[in-house]
Amino acid sequence: MSEVAAADTHEHGAVLADQLEESVTPGNLGKLGMWSFLAGDAMTFGAGIAAYGALRIGNPNWPSPADYLGITTTAVMTFILICSSLTMVEALSGIQRGNQAKFRNFMALTVLGGIIFLGMQAFEWHHLIGERGMSIKRDLFDATFFILTGFHGCHVFGGVVYNSVLLIRGMMGKLPQAKAGLVEIAGLYWHFVDLVWILIFTFIYLI
Amino acid sequence: MTTQAAVSGHAVEHDEPNYIAIFIYLSVLTGVELVVYGVGLPQVAKVGLLIALAFAKAVLVAMYFMHLAIERKALAIIAITPIVLVTFLCFMLLPDLTTRMWTKFDHKIKVSGPANPDVPAPAPQQ
Repeated sequence: MSEVAAADTHEHGAVLADQLEESVTPGNLGKLGMWSFLAGDAMTFGAGIAAYGALRIGNPNWPSPADYLGITTTAVMTFILICSSLTMVEALSGIQRGNQAKFRNFMALTVLGGIIFLGMQAFEWHHLIGERGMSIKRDLFDATFFILTGFHGCHVFGGVVYNSVLLIRGMMGKLPQAKAGLVEIAGLYWHFVDLVWILIFTFIYLI
Repeated sequence: MTTQAAVSGHAVEHDEPNYIAIFIYLSVLTGVELVVYGVGLPQVAKVGLLIALAFAKAVLVAMYFMHLAIERKALAIIAITPIVLVTFLCFMLLPDLTTRMWTKFDHKIKVSGPANPDVPAPAPQQ
């Protein structure tokens, strides 16, 4: 191969590598992976909510959620998740600036918000099952309610574990500023959980 | 700055959104939802308003907390894909909903809501 051809090939390779870096690099691979996962998860939730809507619209005997579901508790749960989204972005802001104390404090608050949410959901389910007699096998109203809120609750639980792992790593000094990307990816998951709850709160409880 | 640094350091170097303001917007919109839920609006207006408010909140979370407003377009395309597909799914369900009602299949579906005196209870199956 002549020197000119070799130089051309090298230049072409450099351009190609640059183009590839624009799309996928080790620096953003995790974020791309999380967005891909969230897209799939969004389709699952979307299909669930669409199925709920189809069953409900098609059935004039569908009970009014207001007759069964308390709004006060779930409004507080919604507010807690919104608060935890704020603490999550503050935790990310902390680690991106190398402020480990800010990261730890706000991440601990985020985990606490998730735990409180799960506790309130457990309280709500206990009330609905124990005192209102609701059951996943009783009818479609109950089944769709428990499946959608339960699936979301599993996501919250996963997020609490995920964030706890990052918090523990931060407390052990194993999460330096250079690894802030890990917190950003966890934040994407947590905000998605918040976003889905916003829709569930409206479609299941309010409408 | 190299391309890789530009991509990986993207989130660090942009101007952060005002997260407190986004939080306040979300809280206020939640309050408005509760007001809309509580006041005696016609059902169609109530449902339309509640869905619009929910989507406004979802967009705020996605654009600012999830940084879609400042991310590269490729991630926005990934984020929009499920919305397009779920919208398509809803439209695909519409013909079935408009031509068949579940009430025709009452013998197969049991919904035990609060007792409605206008709706006779389905006969028990043998």
